[in-house]
Amino acid sequence: MSTPIVVQDLTKRFGDFAAVDDVSFTAPAGAVTALLGPSGSGKSTVLRMIAGLEIPTAGRIFMGEEELTAKSVQDRGVGFVFQHYALFRHMTVSQNVEFGLRVRKESAASRRARVDELLELVQLSNFAGRYPDQLSGGQRQRVALARALAPRPEVLLLDEPFGALDAKVRQDLRRWLDELHRELGVTSLLVTHDQEEALELANQVVVMHEGRVEQVGAPAVIYDDPATPFVAGFVGAANVLHGQVREGHVHLGAFRLPGADHLDEGVAATAFVRPHDVRVAADQGGDARAVVERVATLGWLARLTLTLDGGETVVAHVPHGELHGAKEGDLIWLDLRNPKAFVRPETAADEGATIAPEEVPAS
Amino acid sequence: MSAVAARDAVPTDLERARRRRRLVRSLLVIGCVGYVAVLLLLPLIGIIRTALEPGVGIVRETLTLPEVRHAFYLTGIITVITVVVTTVFGLIVAWVLVRQRFHGRAVMNALVDLPFALSPVTVGLACVLLFGANGWFNEFFAARGIQIIFAVPAMVLVTIFICVPFTIRELVPVLEEIGLDEEDASRTLGASLWQTFFKVTLPNIRWALGYGVALTTARAIGEIGAVLIVSGLIKGKTETATIFIFTAIEERQTAEAFVVALVLAAISIVLLVLLEAFRRRSEKGRGHTT
Repeated sequence: MSTPIVVQDLTKRFGDFAAVDDVSFTAPAGAVTALLGPSGSGKSTVLRMIAGLEIPTAGRIFMGEEELTAKSVQDRGVGFVFQHYALFRHMTVSQNVEFGLRVRKESAASRRARVDELLELVQLSNFAGRYPDQLSGGQRQRVALARALAPRPEVLLLDEPFGALDAKVRQDLRRWLDELHRELGVTSLLVTHDQEEALELANQVVVMHEGRVEQVGAPAVIYDDPATPFVAGFVGAANVLHGQVREGHVHLGAFRLPGADHLDEGVAATAFVRPHDVRVAADQGGDARAVVERVATLGWLARLTLTLDGGETVVAHVPHGELHGAKEGDLIWLDLRNPKAFVRPETAADEGATIAPEEVPAS
Repeated sequence: MSAVAARDAVPTDLERARRRRRLVRSLLVIGCVGYVAVLLLLPLIGIIRTALEPGVGIVRETLTLPEVRHAFYLTGIITVITVVVTTVFGLIVAWVLVRQRFHGRAVMNALVDLPFALSPVTVGLACVLLFGANGWFNEFFAARGIQIIFAVPAMVLVTIFICVPFTIRELVPVLEEIGLDEEDASRTLGASLWQTFFKVTLPNIRWALGYGVALTTARAIGEIGAVLIVSGLIKGKTETATIFIFTAIEERQTAEAFVVALVLAAISIVLLVLLEAFRRRSEKGRGHTT
């Protein structure tokens, strides 16, 4: 039933621009692999090339032992779910689901049985006679999923499947998809720009940036052990601190952070520290001293905006019980745990500290 | 207290504004209705009244005349061929214009509208130039004994030329609107290009296509300028319904002219109803947010 997808040296050029540049990875059989990256990172193009909707400039695509690269779209036997559902608007829900069976000339009886089975699976049996414009966004996407699954594809490709839905529906549908996958076990490849979605749903994450693969690994590895500065900054929020390497530490004026043993002496370096790795020290003494600029509550956590002695701003997510009485205006000591140090990329020329896109912790 | 006073003052001002707006609106509506009625409806009423003046019997008498029958037959032939050709090629051209990016696309896009801008008489003249006695293609066809100019083929050709834009102009915005997603979905579900076209694309554009066909039909039936030039005015041979009216008036057969005009007007009204129905369906279809 399930088959791995293997992508080898896949490249797609539009004129001089390489949308996808020498991408290789394997999506293991029966697992969910997420292609994670910002918009324009080439992740959708990779998916569309696997489906046959785009023709690669170079590279090969396999489904198990079988090479797909030169096969036409209709012969690949992949299920594809589009961001904007792409339901056939002139067909009812059941006609939509039936479409893939009808073009394969399956018998009417087996078509009907399969449609019933799938509508039950996506919990839309009562909506069989409706037209797509009579459904909500979440329902439409479930119809799209049922339609993609109907011809029993060996792999399921999902292109930002929750991208057009509002936050609440997205959460529900994500959990529902997770359960569905556990039940069906079909090899799935999910394209998303939402790191939370990738970390929650995927067994394996492929982080892409500017057409290239930055890192391939399990969600926990991607999060805890980023291989590149891009991954460290993009997956999860992080405080970005620029300094210089001396004796295995990143020096930032008033203080220094460990974890730079692998970097050459004297190079410019960037250290990433996650907001939840910034702790308020219980007493005098710690990694760095800072002034508390702002304390805001995020439910069970407090978000502290702090100015370090050297002038850099960092954000800390601290449980209320571990604030040790820190208030706005206080001068406190901080522990900065698990810093990840990288040679500073030439592109990140901006001085001082910045913080990656805000992450609201789930309660 | 001042608040209360202000509140009292407001309704009179509002009332005045409301009355002014109502007046402007009524004047606009009356003006528009009058304009449409005088310009569009009066001629139609005139034709009906004049045609039926000698009594209803004149209709049957006229429609049994052999030259009238032949004129309608010819109009029918030209219209059917025109509709088939412009529909098939209109679909292809519209699809290429929307789905393909190529050098000269903008030029092609503009070229499609040429018949809108060109006077039909010019089109007729150009056809004479190409197929007439000293025309570029005359030798080729004359050698094979095929009469183009002053015969039905030229009349069909100029009508097709004039009707080219209608279907294309209706289809392009609809194709742009529906996008590629549904066609892509169909392909991934195992449908071939043909299946995708007939089961997915065509149902999505059918009302716009119907609208284009109805417009083309109306134009093909009503065309006279270009057709007149290339017809050579051979009585009973190259006389379409519109040309019949033209010559009948010249020859003071006013009654016959008006009856034929009445039939053409009746066809127009049927087409108008169809157009309205197609337009509504097409807009409803496009309103879907899938």
